[in-house]
Amino acid sequence: MAKYLLLKHYRGAPAAVNDVPMDQWTPEEVSAHVRYMQDFGARLEGTGEFVDGQALSPQGTFVRYDGEGRPPITDGPFAETKDLIAGWMVIDVETYERALELAGELSAAPGAGGKPIHEWLEVRPFLCALPTITE
Amino acid sequence: MDEALLRTLTPTVIGILVRRGADFAAAEDAVQDALVEAVRGWPDDPPRDPKGWLVTVAWRKFLDAARADASRRHREVRAEGEPVPGAGEVDDTLRLYFLCAHPSLTAASAVALTLRAVGGLSTRQIAQAYLVPEATMAQRISRAKRTVSGVRFNQPGDVATVLRVLYLVFNEGYSGDVDLAAEAIRLTRQLAVGINHEEVAGLLALMLLHHARRPARTGPDGRLVPLAEQDRGRWNTRLIAEGVDVLQAALARDRLGEFQAQAAIAALHADARTAQETDWVQIVEWYDELVRLTDSPVARLNRAVAVGEADGPRAGLAALAGLDPALPRHAAVAAYLHERDGDPVTAARLYAEAARSAPNLPERDHLTRQAARLNMELRS
Repeated sequence: MAKYLLLKHYRGAPAAVNDVPMDQWTPEEVSAHVRYMQDFGARLEGTGEFVDGQALSPQGTFVRYDGEGRPPITDGPFAETKDLIAGWMVIDVETYERALELAGELSAAPGAGGKPIHEWLEVRPFLCALPTITE
Repeated sequence: MDEALLRTLTPTVIGILVRRGADFAAAEDAVQDALVEAVRGWPDDPPRDPKGWLVTVAWRKFLDAARADASRRHREVRAEGEPVPGAGEVDDTLRLYFLCAHPSLTAASAVALTLRAVGGLSTRQIAQAYLVPEATMAQRISRAKRTVSGVRFNQPGDVATVLRVLYLVFNEGYSGDVDLAAEAIRLTRQLAVGINHEEVAGLLALMLLHHARRPARTGPDGRLVPLAEQDRGRWNTRLIAEGVDVLQAALARDRLGEFQAQAAIAALHADARTAQETDWVQIVEWYDELVRLTDSPVARLNRAVAVGEADGPRAGLAALAGLDPALPRHAAVAAYLHERDGDPVTAARLYAEAARSAPNLPERDHLTRQAARLNMELRS
């Protein structure tokens, strides 16, 4: 089993195919989208592939150490062009192909007109501790 | 195995150990050890006197730990004779409340320590309730114990601080192994037994009234249901009646505080059989009191909503005009008032803006749906 991080972006990812801002959907479309994601998580719990997932607020700040005795410097709120993560889910799956398959499925969450958004999700493998020696 | 009983006995037993000369952190550790033993042994062999059993075992644990300590540090344990049973127990528990809410602690630490020492919850339960790893919570609690270890146990604290901590617990309200809202109510009830204070009653009433409406506040899929749309048949009338009783007794003492004022507002909502029957005029008056008592921007914001209901959206917008737009939920309130004032374009824009700064997921989804609804109407 290997862990992968699926990243959902507010912005910064390539444009989705069905690219309509969420406040332009119908309330039923919003509900359907939310339910799809909940069902997706619940199903992966069932298959034992779900690790964790959280939504993130759009507010974010870059922070950097600025020398001893000085407050950390910050940059933000984000300029429009910056990449901005909307939420993440950690899955623990058998293969990389399975991670791609699930990310593809999540990307097909319904959006405006009930059609899949085809949004770009980022898939990042976790770096793990040293593997167990099996000699 | 009566876990509720164990939780109730925890503060009493800690108090007795401290009165016998144990310092707070050591007493708390010893009682946790005794609780572990109780959970293990009681199902097969329940004691006749659970409290006596816990005191005996915890005191033995404390002495063992102290002796082990002493052999290193050559320090003597101050082990005095048995105290008079029964005496001073309520007072001990109250001191524990004050100690756990001590101003030297951060809010998060005070909450964790209160849940463990006064509430008798295990570190694992508290960690689960706050969705953090158990090791994280264990560290938080031991840091908190170190912080207050020098504080003298008989030093009376500030009731307001204790109430703030209890309200923090209530507002977390996670419901997994431990329902923090229910736990906060239990602890506040216990506090109200020991201390005759109108704001303790005010907070208890407020929690009961909020809690009574909880089943109606979310839909089956976790969706937020606004007050006006809630199925009032799902409100818990027994809790409402109790909350109103507690509140009336508190108000009769004529020493108004912010929790009583908030409870009064909650009671007026609970009293209306339909949203239309809500007595908004009286609610505005209570918000005036609340603003006078706290000068809180949040109270002013809520007052603007109430004014909008009592005197129309224009009056609400006027009340909103003087407030800082950066206030949490300002955009949501403005959106609502603009919509009622017949300006869906502005309302839709503000709902979308409010959704972007929403503090939690159900609220964000709710606000997105509001924006979506208006935008759909505008297109058709």
